[in-house]
Amino acid sequence: MSYVGHTREEGAAMLAEIGVASFDDLLAQIPERFRLTGLLALPPALSETELRRLFAEHLSHNYDPAQTPSFLGGGIYDHAIPAAVDGLSSRAEFSTAYTPYQAEVAQGTLAAIFEFQTMICELTGMDVANASMYDGASAAAEAVLLARAANKGTRVLLPETVHPRTRGVVATYLDGTDCRVELIPERDGRLDGAALAQALEGGDRVAALIVQQPNFYGCLEALDALPETLRAGTPRGPHLIVSADPLSLGLLAPPALFGAQTVVGDLQPLGIPPQGGGPTGGYFATRQAWIRRLPGRLVAEARDAAGRRGFTLTLQTREQHIRRDKATSNICTNSALLMLRATIYLALVGPQGLREVAGQCLARGRYARRRLGEISGVTAVHGGPWFREFVLRLPQSAEQVVARVLDEAGILAGIPLARFDPARERELLVAVTEKRSCAEIDALVAALSAVLAGAPRGNGRTGERKAGG
Amino acid sequence: MKAEGTQVRDAGTAEACLPAGSIGLIFDLSVADHRGYRFPTLDVPAVEGEQELPKSLLRDRSPRLPEVTELEVVRHYTALSVLNHHVEKSLYPLGSCTMKYNPKINGELAQQPAAAFLHPDAPEGALQGLLAMLWHFERHLATIVGMEAVSLHPAAGAQGEMLGMKLFRAYHQQKGNQKREVLLPDSAHGTNPASVVLSGFTPRQIPSGPDGRIDLAALAEAIGETTAGIMITNPNTLGLFEHGIGEIAERIHAVDGLVYMDGANLNALMGLALPGQMGVDVIHLNLHKTFATPHGGGGPGAGPVGVSAALEPFLPVPLVARDGERFRIVTDRPHSIGRLHPYYGNVGVMLCAYAYVRSLGAEGLREASRAALINANYLMHKVDCAFPVAKRGACMHEFVSAAAWTRSHEVRNIDVAKRILDYGFHAPTVSFPLIVPDALMIEPTETETRRSLDLFAEALQAIAVEVREQPDVVRGAPHGTCIGRLDEAAAARRLRVRWNPPGEVDD
Repeated sequence: MSYVGHTREEGAAMLAEIGVASFDDLLAQIPERFRLTGLLALPPALSETELRRLFAEHLSHNYDPAQTPSFLGGGIYDHAIPAAVDGLSSRAEFSTAYTPYQAEVAQGTLAAIFEFQTMICELTGMDVANASMYDGASAAAEAVLLARAANKGTRVLLPETVHPRTRGVVATYLDGTDCRVELIPERDGRLDGAALAQALEGGDRVAALIVQQPNFYGCLEALDALPETLRAGTPRGPHLIVSADPLSLGLLAPPALFGAQTVVGDLQPLGIPPQGGGPTGGYFATRQAWIRRLPGRLVAEARDAAGRRGFTLTLQTREQHIRRDKATSNICTNSALLMLRATIYLALVGPQGLREVAGQCLARGRYARRRLGEISGVTAVHGGPWFREFVLRLPQSAEQVVARVLDEAGILAGIPLARFDPARERELLVAVTEKRSCAEIDALVAALSAVLAGAPRGNGRTGERKAGG
Repeated sequence: MKAEGTQVRDAGTAEACLPAGSIGLIFDLSVADHRGYRFPTLDVPAVEGEQELPKSLLRDRSPRLPEVTELEVVRHYTALSVLNHHVEKSLYPLGSCTMKYNPKINGELAQQPAAAFLHPDAPEGALQGLLAMLWHFERHLATIVGMEAVSLHPAAGAQGEMLGMKLFRAYHQQKGNQKREVLLPDSAHGTNPASVVLSGFTPRQIPSGPDGRIDLAALAEAIGETTAGIMITNPNTLGLFEHGIGEIAERIHAVDGLVYMDGANLNALMGLALPGQMGVDVIHLNLHKTFATPHGGGGPGAGPVGVSAALEPFLPVPLVARDGERFRIVTDRPHSIGRLHPYYGNVGVMLCAYAYVRSLGAEGLREASRAALINANYLMHKVDCAFPVAKRGACMHEFVSAAAWTRSHEVRNIDVAKRILDYGFHAPTVSFPLIVPDALMIEPTETETRRSLDLFAEALQAIAVEVREQPDVVRGAPHGTCIGRLDEAAAARRLRVRWNPPGEVDD
């Protein structure tokens, strides 16, 4: 099946009609030595039935997400997704359109983007938000590039409490620029304020500090106690960039209140399935002062000749298709369909729902951490305020414990932090969303107790489904 | 064409001052305490944020999100949706974007819960099926472009370009080369120069020759010791194959430069030619173009990057490796440029494209590219009499027409594009590539029938007559869309980029 709109015979007739003797004549512009004579070495074509069978076979070698309560987080969370989000966002009118260059036949997408920009401004307290980025990590990197262009700083301060993968993406984006990354150490799960103050005092001009809220460990950073130079927002001063979980902003104060110049984050908690880590979509919100340095698409209200309100792409001279090498970013295709999902999600839950879901994460998380902390040998690593996610110290290797809890109880207990830092072999990052019932939390407590009470296994790999594929 | 549900007509709404036919917003429908979703009942002890968290970190007033019932939400977004042109409505000949049909089965398979709800940080042993699909897909893409290895990480073509430039850097750094410039033809996509600059290189523009292809003499002059490499779109944005690519690659390689191929137009080449045999060192593909994943109104896309053996060690981490029947996630790669994506890229898009590749197979992919060429050449022939083709001769998967002749009737190419909307089609890409004055860039794709192409050609022919006989009609277009042409200049001056509650000063 190739979904082609004409048969070979029709194709030949079309060529004959335009005076082309054979298809090969069309290929004459490709030098013969580059033309492929044989077939590509690919597996045989499949019908829908066979394709379904292939996917079913592959998927049987994964855990079954529908049957496996998940306490995994670390950037991707198992939040409830209203059915209407799927139903509406999968409409072909939205999903098979492209960038709304022709506004008169793209008002659906454009109006949704305008709504999204508004909602993100409301959540973050910022003046302007764009039409989305690829994900939270690249949005953070773009925020650094904006800061660097605005204040000509060459140092980027990255606390160890920012997700290690966000730090990795930022470092990759900065490779080739005159900016370098400086790590700010952590202290009891939060960025070390004294070290930050010291970094701000000496050395070359600082482009930006990125603070993740809640941070990688689930701890809340003291945004209200950051040094004054960051909060002041002076034109050439260092930019405070806050990477904020948008769902937490149903409860937490808008980062604008703490002097943020740019607020970014990942949209995944807002009605977007985990999808193996992507696509998730990112948001990017900043001050009015930086609107002409904003990366990506921006939608504005506009009027037609009859005075009717519509929406259109605006300030396109920032963008690559107009400005080319002077563009603020190279981004073109972004995450419009994920932006739409987040918009519909926020419309459905409303202000009260967003507060409620954040509050439920708080309550269920508190219950889980208290119960898990009652298990002999298990302790919570960090003190102070936190949201949805926390780190436990176990009496043995977290990787092995996770595998055994999955094997024996069919529960995903959390993410072993050894994957990010070998020194944290016994630490486990546990996330608790509104979807985790009291019974599921109790089952995790029972499974973890049982696994820890039993003899530790050898180094055998567990958590395994049938191998192959 | 009218979608009453989303258009303001009730004087009682918040936006009573707007004329009828204005596009409505979800905020206009808000009524205090309406709810559209219910969360699970709390079955653990309740906690108040105020008790648990420092007051200074808490919000002191609610965000002004709309308060609406589920039905109102469903009606609003359904009403908005039908204001969009989309592939399932009619021809969407947006050049360089490959707006082909997105088969239903692929999306269904990729979005089924057993795939869509997989968390990337589950234990490796519990993700063997997903890792297997990624591994196989990577190999299939490498086969299709004839490259040694593929990174699935880039979230879109532009991020693939950026990755390509990072790979240029890594290669030259390792060899101790002092390289600064990346050469680009003047027909390049805007993302190309932007990606070059983002990665610390300087772009240098190479003019196109009279045949619309890179001017080899000008190129030879530009190549020097500081040349890091070249970015070439092939077929180029005029829809022409750069037949000098072999010679270009040799010249670039002679100064130890690298060749990047922008594979946005790969829909012309599948099963017909292998970029890997043309001296290409790095290439990005656009899964949302060539591999039929939905464009999503502007994403998500995916922009996997293929590389030659020399660049393979620099690919971003993590990679999926195969040991017999087992698939492993590999992060320990000493020469890697590091991370580009927090996980493995846009996996949901990849699974959709994987289904496409598996359902077409080698013959189906070749058939798709063959038909894309036939459709483009057929349509070009039919359109030429109305809007002359910029460069004579056969095209590949797309072609560029020029609307310059309409200027003598005081009609611009954008007017022609807007008039096309009235005929029920999407407009071509307008005013690109920059080297063709008043360009209309047209890409029909292989999934269109002859009848569909004929209807579009007839519309263009009719519009050409209108330009001569009723230019006012064309200048004032569109007339049949849900809203008239919007005043973009005024919009940029009085810039409103968010909704404000009625009565609130927005500046």
